Amino acid sequence: MMEAVAAAAPVQTGVQAHNTPYLQISGIFKKFGDNVAVDHVDLDIRQHEIFALLGSSGCGKSTLLRMLAGMERPTSGRIVLDGQDITHLAPYDRPINMMFQSYALFPHMSVEQNIAFGLKQDKLPKGEIESRVAEMLDLVQMRKYAHRKPYQLSGGQQQRVALARSLAKRPKLLLLDEPLGALDKKLRQQTQLELVNTLEKVGVTCIMVTHDQEEAMTMATRIGIMSEGQLLQVGTPGEIYDYPNCRFTAEFIGETNLLTGMVSVDEPDHVEIDVPELEGRIWIDHGITGPKGMQVWTSIRPEDVRLDRKPPATPGVNSARGTVVEIAYLGSYSVYHVRLPSGKVIKSMVPSSRWYEAGEEAPTWDETVYVSWRPDLPVVMTR
Amino acid sequence: MNFKRFARKWLRPGRATVIAVPYFWLLVFFAVPFLIVLKISFAEQDIAIPPFTSLLNYEDGGLLHVTLNLANFQFIFGDELYADTYLSSLRVAFFTTVMCLLIGYPIAYAIARTDPARRNVLLMLVMLPFWTSFLLRVYAWMGLLKPNGIINHLLMSVGLISEPLEMFHNTFSLYLVMVYAYLPFMILPLYAHLVKMDIRLLEAANDLGARPLKAFFAITLPLSKNGIIAGSMMVFIPAVGEFVIPELVGGPDTLMIGKVLWNEFFDNNNWPMAAAVATVMVLLLIVPIGLFHRYETRELEGKNV
Ligand SMILES: Nc1ncnc2c1ncn2[C@@H]1O[C@H](COP(=O)(O)OP(=O)(O)OP(=O)(O)O)[C@@H](O)[C@H]1O
Ligand SMILES: [Mg+2]
Repeated sequence: MMEAVAAAAPVQTGVQAHNTPYLQISGIFKKFGDNVAVDHVDLDIRQHEIFALLGSSGCGKSTLLRMLAGMERPTSGRIVLDGQDITHLAPYDRPINMMFQSYALFPHMSVEQNIAFGLKQDKLPKGEIESRVAEMLDLVQMRKYAHRKPYQLSGGQQQRVALARSLAKRPKLLLLDEPLGALDKKLRQQTQLELVNTLEKVGVTCIMVTHDQEEAMTMATRIGIMSEGQLLQVGTPGEIYDYPNCRFTAEFIGETNLLTGMVSVDEPDHVEIDVPELEGRIWIDHGITGPKGMQVWTSIRPEDVRLDRKPPATPGVNSARGTVVEIAYLGSYSVYHVRLPSGKVIKSMVPSSRWYEAGEEAPTWDETVYVSWRPDLPVVMTR
Repeated sequence: MNFKRFARKWLRPGRATVIAVPYFWLLVFFAVPFLIVLKISFAEQDIAIPPFTSLLNYEDGGLLHVTLNLANFQFIFGDELYADTYLSSLRVAFFTTVMCLLIGYPIAYAIARTDPARRNVLLMLVMLPFWTSFLLRVYAWMGLLKPNGIINHLLMSVGLISEPLEMFHNTFSLYLVMVYAYLPFMILPLYAHLVKMDIRLLEAANDLGARPLKAFFAITLPLSKNGIIAGSMMVFIPAVGEFVIPELVGGPDTLMIGKVLWNEFFDNNNWPMAAAVATVMVLLLIVPIGLFHRYETRELEGKNV
């Protein structure tokens, strides 16, 4: 936990030193005119990994992916795949295949011909092509539709054909740009697991782009958070959720309460942060790397915020008094919005059983309540 | 149930109007005139106004005589000169179409792939010649190509040649002006098809290992097939019956059916013969139009995504 809270530390790649990464992206930079689309991204990917690039619209995810595919030339930087420098290779010379967001299936070719297209470019023998196409059709369960044209398929079926086509050449690296972006919400959730299963069965190394955090959390072994062309944080879904290293990540992944404050006590075993919005202090039971007087941001997840009618034991520390302004009842839990005297609203996620077990009525609108949290739960960030 | 479907499909007033307009157009401006021409083609030349006999004669005994004169058609099919002329017309139209396609495709492709701001300017340039009369443009070519025309004059005054180049009233000048005149009709439909093509398809082809040239032949060309067909029809059909260009810049030996038609009609005042010539020409053209139409229908039914 110590290093996780070391907020200003460089982007952590999670690759062991002795294990050279399969794909190395170093210092990749891309400008369109004066507009910086990708800003010095360093990233290492291990073999067989499913990596998700996550970020809001226009943050440069697609551009980064297109540079890996060779469809966009980096302004500077280097890409090494499996020991080969591919930075300047043409797309048709790279052992990389991409599944496009709009699928880009060839409309004048049947499902079978679409899947065979890449294999034909390699001038494989006819029998080999046929058996591979059959294998791919089975993989995505599209054998029945082999002779259909793309326009005769549903969105989900088109997605599977696009996947089969991009896997047919057994690429060293598979790129997926918003693989499920064109599907509706319900189909998307079903397809997420199906897609992961297929990718794991094939064992392909994979980078996918999405702006749906749920999709990234469900599918990826690791996630990279991008904003304004920069890669802000890399880690497993759990790491990113529990230990965001910056405000952007904390707010982008899940919901959180973000509090601005100043370090007032900086000891090796604990830290105190003055937070004007709380009219009190946050007391944290471990040290952070950062001097006294530094401005920091503290993230406390709504599920970590406790709601009580009684005042806490230590008023002014890790707690605050406020009034309930909104309650969102979500079945097994409710989210309470509590307005503090400073005007700051703190969200608290309370299990529905909480009041029942305490033998109390649930608090209601305009009631005065106290929010509090354990000293080990807040995450401190310096940017 | 079936009737309901039928009613929904055909009797909705908006839909019916939309369908009726083109059919009405075809009826008034194609079917009726063609039937009149067809009728005249079965008549005999006569010294009268109009200068042909009537097909129907009512006789005293209550007999209605229908006289169909097949002589014109017999003549056309009997005389090799007509066959040669039709063939020659088709040949000229065919090579004009091929040349327009070879020149027009790269132009249409380039326009479709430039950025949208410049695209409209380029399209305007393609259409610019339409702002001048067609006849005027052909006369301009005559002024350029004549033995004592601008080009020869220029080349001789520079000293590149000592004698005028033979480039007027021959096959060269015929094809040059034909291609010049019909090129826009090839470029515009090609452009319309190429510009709506999804560039991502080419990226996908590249990504799957196809080099640009291969991707062009595997993706772009097949997907612009309908543009090629439409453009070719737009050039081929009017080129078969072209009269002005072969008359003004073609060689004396250029046999074109349009020229024969003109001669029969204006010089010989033989309307029935001219009508028969035109009828055979229309029938010759209906075959490719029919093929195109079938293709287009299939296209609309199929790829309407
Ligand atoms: N061909 C281009 N020319 C100029 N600017 C571009 C081009 N492609 C992308 N950009 C710009 O680069 C930035 C990053 O674009 P990119 O497509 O990578 O975003 P993204 O993260 O994929 O967004 P989204 O989630 O909306 O797809 C944007 O500001 C975009 O306007
Ligand atoms: Mg994108």
